[in-house]
Amino acid sequence: MSGILSFLSSFPTLLHSAIIFGTVIMFGSLGEILTEKSGHLNLGVPGIMYLGGIAGLAGTFMYENVYCANAGITPNAVLCVIICLVCTFLAAALGGLIYAFLTISLRTNQNVTGLTLTIFGSGVGNFFGGSLNKLAGGVGQVNVKVTSETFRAYSSGLVTKLDALTGKVQLGTLLFSYGFLTYVAIVFAILLWYFLTKTRTGLCLRAVGENTATADAAGINVTKYKYLATCVGAGISGLGGTYYVMNYIRGTWENQGTIEALGWLAVALVIFATWKPIRSIWGAYLFGVLYWAYNYIPGLQRSSIELFKMLPYVVTLLILIIVSLRRKPEDQPPASLGLAYFREER
Amino acid sequence: MNEPLIRISKRDGISKPKAWGIRGLALLFSLILSAVVIFAIVKLNPLKVYVSMALGAFGTGKRIWITLRDTMILTCIAVGLAPAFKMRFWNIGAEGQMLVGGIATAFFMIKFAGKMPAFLLFLCMIVTALLFGGIWGLIPGFFKAKWNANETLFTLMMNYIAIQLTSFCVSKWENPIGSNTVGIINPSTKIGWIGDFLNSDNPVHYNNDFLWTILIVVLLAALMYCYLRYTKHGYEISVVGDSENTARYAGIRVNRVYIRTMALSGALCGFAGFLAVSAVSHTISTSTANGRGFTAIIVAWLAKMNPFVMILISVLLTFLDKGAIQIASDFGLNEYASEIISGIVLFFILGSEFFINYKVKLRGHKEG
Repeated sequence: MSGILSFLSSFPTLLHSAIIFGTVIMFGSLGEILTEKSGHLNLGVPGIMYLGGIAGLAGTFMYENVYCANAGITPNAVLCVIICLVCTFLAAALGGLIYAFLTISLRTNQNVTGLTLTIFGSGVGNFFGGSLNKLAGGVGQVNVKVTSETFRAYSSGLVTKLDALTGKVQLGTLLFSYGFLTYVAIVFAILLWYFLTKTRTGLCLRAVGENTATADAAGINVTKYKYLATCVGAGISGLGGTYYVMNYIRGTWENQGTIEALGWLAVALVIFATWKPIRSIWGAYLFGVLYWAYNYIPGLQRSSIELFKMLPYVVTLLILIIVSLRRKPEDQPPASLGLAYFREER
Repeated sequence: MNEPLIRISKRDGISKPKAWGIRGLALLFSLILSAVVIFAIVKLNPLKVYVSMALGAFGTGKRIWITLRDTMILTCIAVGLAPAFKMRFWNIGAEGQMLVGGIATAFFMIKFAGKMPAFLLFLCMIVTALLFGGIWGLIPGFFKAKWNANETLFTLMMNYIAIQLTSFCVSKWENPIGSNTVGIINPSTKIGWIGDFLNSDNPVHYNNDFLWTILIVVLLAALMYCYLRYTKHGYEISVVGDSENTARYAGIRVNRVYIRTMALSGALCGFAGFLAVSAVSHTISTSTANGRGFTAIIVAWLAKMNPFVMILISVLLTFLDKGAIQIASDFGLNEYASEIISGIVLFFILGSEFFINYKVKLRGHKEG
């Protein structure tokens, strides 16, 4: 009984870390949802997140620790963030472009190409991440302080005021103590939902993913849609990598393969959310809660902690099974997901 | 109306030498691009870098053995994946199937060392590794057959469950306590080491572990080749892969083929886990599979499910891997360079298939 009570009282803190964790995979899964809606299953998400994360870090490192340090000026925080986001988006979209060119124009197998992109991306990320660390003086030494602090900045006045008002629940910390990208993720999810369900372009994109040949016959430029969805989707997924680097590990780099694990979790989240952006908001936070729950349950042995970490994947499997059992048409993956399209073939 | 800039049409067929020529050209281009990348990053003479890579993979007798052994482990996983892929069943779960096979093997090595005769111990290790891997493959097969659950995503999730299961076992079996690793199992008695069992009085130990791995996997590859080509099961697999409806019409029980083939595929990947533990690392950890389950997918696909071509592609990838580790230590890079080069090479080889299957004509080019 006391165990349950202590769990409940620590729930706000759990939720807090869950939201930070969840945002990483939410970005990853939103980009992947967009890509999959065009009928392309991109298993390169972990690689894309690596590309985004390292490009964002390297870009700001060059500005903050090389350019500004040499010129002896204090880095401009806004410029830091802009450089970081632009580098992230471009690198990740470039990763998406490789995948798009191979799978759309050269019609290679999507699974295999995606996996290769994951190998390539994690290689690029860890290679340059390791080199940056070396440049900065040793393992874990690279540190873009200004950028990371800007990414994590929030209005502490508002948070303390709200915390004082709500007492134990700590509503201020719970709602407003995150960096701005956390809220951008939610906005992106809502925008993506609006785009996919309410706009003409979004509906056309879904038509491409459901039945490419029909969409082609209806006069939709299938190739353009597929390219754009894949590249923009990759760009969004890449933001997850940067969020991890800047907010989660606070502007440094580690070669531990965490981004890869999170990338696969983002792919899992797409299934969990049954390809619906709004569902991926609370799904991401739920994954975060499941992932961190072991920290807040007293008396767990290390071995049981490992079993606990299985939860997000087990839950995703259950959802996958339930979805295929119920066969509800609105919960199904896009019908031509994973299939190459060549107009002259039937 | 204007003629489009490029026109693409499907080839009727292509001669073998031409197809291999295209692939060779792709490989050459990828190596040139990698050389440019290497030069751009570290300003080293790329030729020197490639020589150093070759020395890293084949420079000494022991290195050749290691390269061959690792090639064979990769081939073993790819051979396991072959029947599933031939059936167009995307088994992305080799990583997990390999790990559960490794867990089973390590369990017997740790708990039953010296408690049963070597022969029995090995029998238990192999049978449970096959069984565990088989079950890990059978579960997604079952759900695909029964309710058409997406196998790519299902097997992907099974990987992570297997990884956590491995972490769980590692924390249970850790040695010494507190280290969070299992350590080398039976380092002095070498019980459960495959080379030791098959030839216990040879002093040069690693040769035995290595030799048996190579022999076993070559045998497996040959068996798989025959299984897919000459048996009724193999025929059923390829019919199901080409068209499920045709298979059903022909009276093939599709569900049974799915479940049976996935059990086989998982079991062989589990066997690769047995080899990785008993013949290679003599320990178990979450990096026992180390991404090879994913790499093997690419190997199997590029080889078009032909076990012998798999060996060739595995050699290439292992060479790149070993070579990159060598240049990392020679030139002070970090070893992730290997993944970048492998990625580039694979992108090119993947892309080259397009030019084997399709003809590309530029505008103004007269059709012959």
